[in-house]
Amino acid sequence: MNPFSSGTRLRDMIRAIRACKTAAEERAVVRKECAAIRAAINENDQDYRHRNLAKLMFIHMLGYPTHFGQMECLKLIASAGFPEKRIGYLGLMLLLDERQEVLMLVTNSLKQDLNHSNQYIVGLALCALGNICSAEMARDLAPEVERLLQFRDPNVRKKAALCSIRIIKKVPDLAENFINPASSLLKEKHHGVLITGVQLCMDLCKVSSEALEYVRKKCIEGLVKTLRDIANSPYSPEYDIAGITDPFLHIRLLKLLRILGQGDADASDCMNDILAQVATKTESKKNAGNAILYECVETIMSIEDNGGLRVLAINILGRFLSNRDNNIRYVALNMLMKAIVVDAQAVQRHRATILECVKDSDASIRKRALELVYLLVNESNVKPLTKELIEYLEVSDQEFKGDLTAKICSLVEKFSPEKIWYIDQMLKVLSEAGNFVKDEVWHALIVVISNASDLHGYTVRALYRAFQTSTEQESLVRVAVWCIGEYGDMLVNNVGMLDIEEPITVTESDTVDAVEVAIKRHTLDLTTKAMALIALLKLSSRFPSCSERIKDIIVQNKRSLMLELQQRSIEFNCILQKHQNIRSALLERMPVLDEATFSGRRAGSLHTAISTSTGAPHNLQNGIAKPAAAPIADLLDLSSDDAAAPSSSGGDFLMDLLGVDLSPASAPSGTSQPPKAGTDVLLDLLSIGTSPPAQSSSSASDILSSSQDNKAPLANLNGLASLSSLPANATSPASPVPMMDLLDGLGPIPQKHEENGPAYPSLVAYESSSLRMTFNFSKQPGNPQMTLIQATFTNLSPNVYNDFLFQAAVPKFLQLHLDPASSNTLPASGNGSITQNLKVTNSQQGKKSLVMRIRIAYKMNNKDVLEEGQINNFPRDL
Amino acid sequence: MGIRFILMVNKQGQTRLAQYYEWLTLEERRALEGEIVRKCLARTEQQCSFVEHRNYKIVYRRYASLFFLVGVDNDENELAILEFIHLLVETMDRHFGNVCELDIMFHLEKAHFMLEEMVMNGSVVETSKANILTPIQLMDKAS
Repeated sequence: MNPFSSGTRLRDMIRAIRACKTAAEERAVVRKECAAIRAAINENDQDYRHRNLAKLMFIHMLGYPTHFGQMECLKLIASAGFPEKRIGYLGLMLLLDERQEVLMLVTNSLKQDLNHSNQYIVGLALCALGNICSAEMARDLAPEVERLLQFRDPNVRKKAALCSIRIIKKVPDLAENFINPASSLLKEKHHGVLITGVQLCMDLCKVSSEALEYVRKKCIEGLVKTLRDIANSPYSPEYDIAGITDPFLHIRLLKLLRILGQGDADASDCMNDILAQVATKTESKKNAGNAILYECVETIMSIEDNGGLRVLAINILGRFLSNRDNNIRYVALNMLMKAIVVDAQAVQRHRATILECVKDSDASIRKRALELVYLLVNESNVKPLTKELIEYLEVSDQEFKGDLTAKICSLVEKFSPEKIWYIDQMLKVLSEAGNFVKDEVWHALIVVISNASDLHGYTVRALYRAFQTSTEQESLVRVAVWCIGEYGDMLVNNVGMLDIEEPITVTESDTVDAVEVAIKRHTLDLTTKAMALIALLKLSSRFPSCSERIKDIIVQNKRSLMLELQQRSIEFNCILQKHQNIRSALLERMPVLDEATFSGRRAGSLHTAISTSTGAPHNLQNGIAKPAAAPIADLLDLSSDDAAAPSSSGGDFLMDLLGVDLSPASAPSGTSQPPKAGTDVLLDLLSIGTSPPAQSSSSASDILSSSQDNKAPLANLNGLASLSSLPANATSPASPVPMMDLLDGLGPIPQKHEENGPAYPSLVAYESSSLRMTFNFSKQPGNPQMTLIQATFTNLSPNVYNDFLFQAAVPKFLQLHLDPASSNTLPASGNGSITQNLKVTNSQQGKKSLVMRIRIAYKMNNKDVLEEGQINNFPRDL
Repeated sequence: MGIRFILMVNKQGQTRLAQYYEWLTLEERRALEGEIVRKCLARTEQQCSFVEHRNYKIVYRRYASLFFLVGVDNDENELAILEFIHLLVETMDRHFGNVCELDIMFHLEKAHFMLEEMVMNGSVVETSKANILTPIQLMDKAS
């Protein structure tokens, strides 16, 4: 007799494990037990098999691997006694799952057990099948289960019903077979069978629409009658919970009625009476009653409109909201979010209570209330609501601040009635919670500020004041530094005072002080320091008297360990010392940044960020270590030339700063995405615009192209800018902004400015025996460095080309941006063409002409073909 | 799918019973249990019984030293699940007589049987205590 035979009973093993004081001891005990069990398995020990399995289940629950016990389960299932079978099936369900191959071996045992004479064994088999069967098993055993739906014993019937649910989920084709038996189940009296029957019908209706029709026609009256019976039934000790008979059945019936009534007016009419009865008569003092009322309200909201019922429902919700129990309030907030869609007015009435909930001490309630407030905001109430939210921002705790800030910012942006209010609110938010504000938000703020030219003076003074008080908020410091740099003279001379302002006296050296503080204090932040350096440079041009002091400050950074700062300080120093004559031209006031472009890019980047955040691993492939480095990239490019020849005015700095900053690392929080995405103008600068951004199934090619897109404007290196082409039918449904509308199918791309810029001849860029590519050029007025190229591909062969992909590469001084092609199938013999737009920015415009290497890949007759070439014959002055 | 999983955890965070209705690997399970338990144990009495975690909701209730956690889909009726938890406890109480944590630990398989009678494939099957306990009592008599 093996000395290690499992003599220990389950109880003793549990005691031993509980007695262990450390994890290592526990592991040792478990190891010993597992060894004993394994030995017993090897010996095929009959007597203690089920005890071993019980031990295995306990060990599995603790989290240790137990796969060696799987065959034991099978042997136990195959044995004749009921207790053994019981444990065997339990082990099967806990230790195995549908992906295991071993499961197939059980199919035969299951089949025998389904036909067993003992109803409990049949029940066991149904249970196991219902919990873990795979698609093949479902197919094999479906006829058995169908038969069992009409078994004499109600216990078996109810289990068969739930088992059928799993079968039709796994194999939707079989759903038709179950429609009839399922509807007959609905006429049962036994509660267990009723509940499961209702559940089966619900799932049937979800899976197959003809089942939905059938159930709607035949069963609604029956269901309503059943619900009425239960609601009116006298006290029954079996099913009574808190004075209500079987609330679970109530709720299930209400759910099924909801599915049936949705979208169908007749069905909804049948239900009106019973819904009214349930809504008014149910006691709401106990949780069970409230649960029923909750379900009832949900059903009323989802079915077709009936004014009286809706009013009733919203009243119930109002009562819930003022209930003291947190659970009920949470549930009410949840429901109100759905109710807004239906009846916004009624929900507005409860605004005050909801605002109170935002300040509640319970985190779940706060979150829900905040989302609800976000949905409630419209033009009329945005000001008071924002005021309240900002007040709360000051007292809220850290984890909540992030959410709250994001919501406030997006609210302010969407609904701000006038610019000055927008700037005020943003300043408040920045001073309170600047660290939580995302980059895009303060970029947008800068864009708005630059556009509001009459408010420049006011803004810079307000920022200056705010800056004095709260210097630890990063974003505030950055915006303040930028504004002081730009509009420093307005600050000093009190230009453009509005009536509401108090006069403040700021001398030139004060402004320099402020920027100096920014540099000195925030020792770690690269972006802030970099921005401060530029601001200092601008100030030196505006206030020549402070030049010396500014020079000293800049020079201090000459030996900084961060490359960016070092480079900047050396170059700026150079400008200050040697190039005084061009300094003022260099540092003129920036041109107004184009809001439409910016918001378009932002909407595109929002989609990019969303789809890149679903494809997380690709996020950081852009090789940009910190998002803060992004705005630097273009500055590097521009100042990498000899410092004596700055090739563009200061205006381009911020344009690229902002345009470039589509930082992939700003992954917006999950909850705030869906509401924003729908309402933003879907400008597909980047190719994601057509598919719904939140789809996690966005193809890998989209994610790849989006991250490549980020690369194109950012990486000024010899990047291979490629875009996988979209399927032809996915043309953009969004309203196109003329300048950005690029996916106009096969039609001509509207180029608004082509009549304004100089006309360039179109160019046959590439021609081979099978393919021709033509370029049409245009330029926008005012932006001589950027060229819009429309590429047209024509198929010169008699075969159709599929999976057409165009890729291009440019040298360092050029930047290339590719938009998605109109389609990726090129019909034969020139019967159609593909168009694709490119944007090229030439930083050496006038000195060097464009040059491009291209590569075209496509499939012809299922063979891959690759064509490459170089285009050297661009017009000279593009 | 309704119910995704049912857990019973004591105040020190040790799992006493775990029933999953969707497949998760062992590491995932442990990670999940750890996170959720930490969240629930940290909450006070005043806070509501629902916690949102990833893409589902957790409904929990504390009975003496044991926490009952049920993870459900987002569209499930939370108040009904609270009732269900209470029903579960009452059923176990009727069977074991003044049930406590140790009872569940030492008769783990009975607790599982009871749970199986009540929930199948993520949906509630039976809500009558008598019906639930009959097969279990029969089995006790048989063995």
